[in-house]
Amino acid sequence: MPELLQQSEPTGSRSTAPPGAGIPPATAGRARVSDDTERLARDDLRRQIGALERELGELFATAFPRRGIEFGVPAAGGPRVLGIADLESVRDALATRLQKARVELSRRADVELGNRELLESMIAQPDRYRWVRISNEDIGEPGCRHWHSRPRWGLLGMILRWWRVKLSSGCP
Amino acid sequence: MVGWIAPQLRDEFPGLALHYLVLDRGSGRSPREVKQRLRSLSDRFTGGEAINLRHRPIPWAYRVFYRHIGLDPDHTRTPVEQLALERMKHGTFRSQSLLDDALTIAVIESGVALRAFDADRVAGGLGLRGSAPGEGLEGRPGELPGGTLVVADEARPIALLFGATGSGRGVRPRTRRTILTATQVKGVPDIAVDEALWLAADVMGTGG
Repeated sequence: MPELLQQSEPTGSRSTAPPGAGIPPATAGRARVSDDTERLARDDLRRQIGALERELGELFATAFPRRGIEFGVPAAGGPRVLGIADLESVRDALATRLQKARVELSRRADVELGNRELLESMIAQPDRYRWVRISNEDIGEPGCRHWHSRPRWGLLGMILRWWRVKLSSGCP
Repeated sequence: MVGWIAPQLRDEFPGLALHYLVLDRGSGRSPREVKQRLRSLSDRFTGGEAINLRHRPIPWAYRVFYRHIGLDPDHTRTPVEQLALERMKHGTFRSQSLLDDALTIAVIESGVALRAFDADRVAGGLGLRGSAPGEGLEGRPGELPGGTLVVADEARPIALLFGATGSGRGVRPRTRRTILTATQVKGVPDIAVDEALWLAADVMGTGG
């Protein structure tokens, strides 16, 4: 409110006031410049937070159905108008979280790629991958199916090396 | 109607607005057609929708605004995400009362943050502002930290913005007139806000 009063008062009084009376003192001018600069800084930080939040949301959707990746970013405490320091800490926390989530997702993608290659080899040569079991989760897909390399006809298959990959029917 | 916004908030958050309308009725039991509508909404709202909610522009706009005002949207959920979470937990949107069902339908369909107050317990027009020193919220011990963002009438805060409602200000079984409010933030188009309020009022109207 005081800011608004300060801004609107000179326009009405300029014609009747003595020369120089409508000009705010240098310190007030500096304060207003500083206020404007801070507001611009806050606006810019809010834009950055919006962009980071969008990227985090996209990564969250990409990461599904993988579990255990942390996407939470602690709050600055509110609801209130955050100052520059608080907005910076929110932005930094979002950027850090985004970076960590990307690294974790990339690490998991590598593991899943390895598991997919293993699955292909296992299907091609089941007897080389005895008792190996790979689930949908291991290859980064939703559902509860799993592939299991096991002998046909139990003990007889083990002795005669008749191995095959059995695919489970899905979720119970 | 459009509520007032304190000048400081208007400067800091362009696009922030509070829209509301008054209905000459309270809540009550949901009729069969509303329950049916809720079931059909449950069938349409799948896990995929819930996962991709953050991608949609309106839920994203609320998440961003939550961050801007110091709330963690994964802890204090936005209304649409809270409903989506409950849908996933319970397997359906559970019918509770006519008002709750109307808000659920409107929030899920539009993504807009809606809430309701008892119109007879509100003094004058509604708006958004920061709390003044020494102010509190009814039913909550102690004073609010200065500058806490609140939904207020012309006399006092009646709720925290996206938070608790003051005791006795919400809709109760005795309520005869209801105020539906929609909080609009930057990125939420006017048409979505109008649609949300219209939808909620329409569902309330089917209650007889």
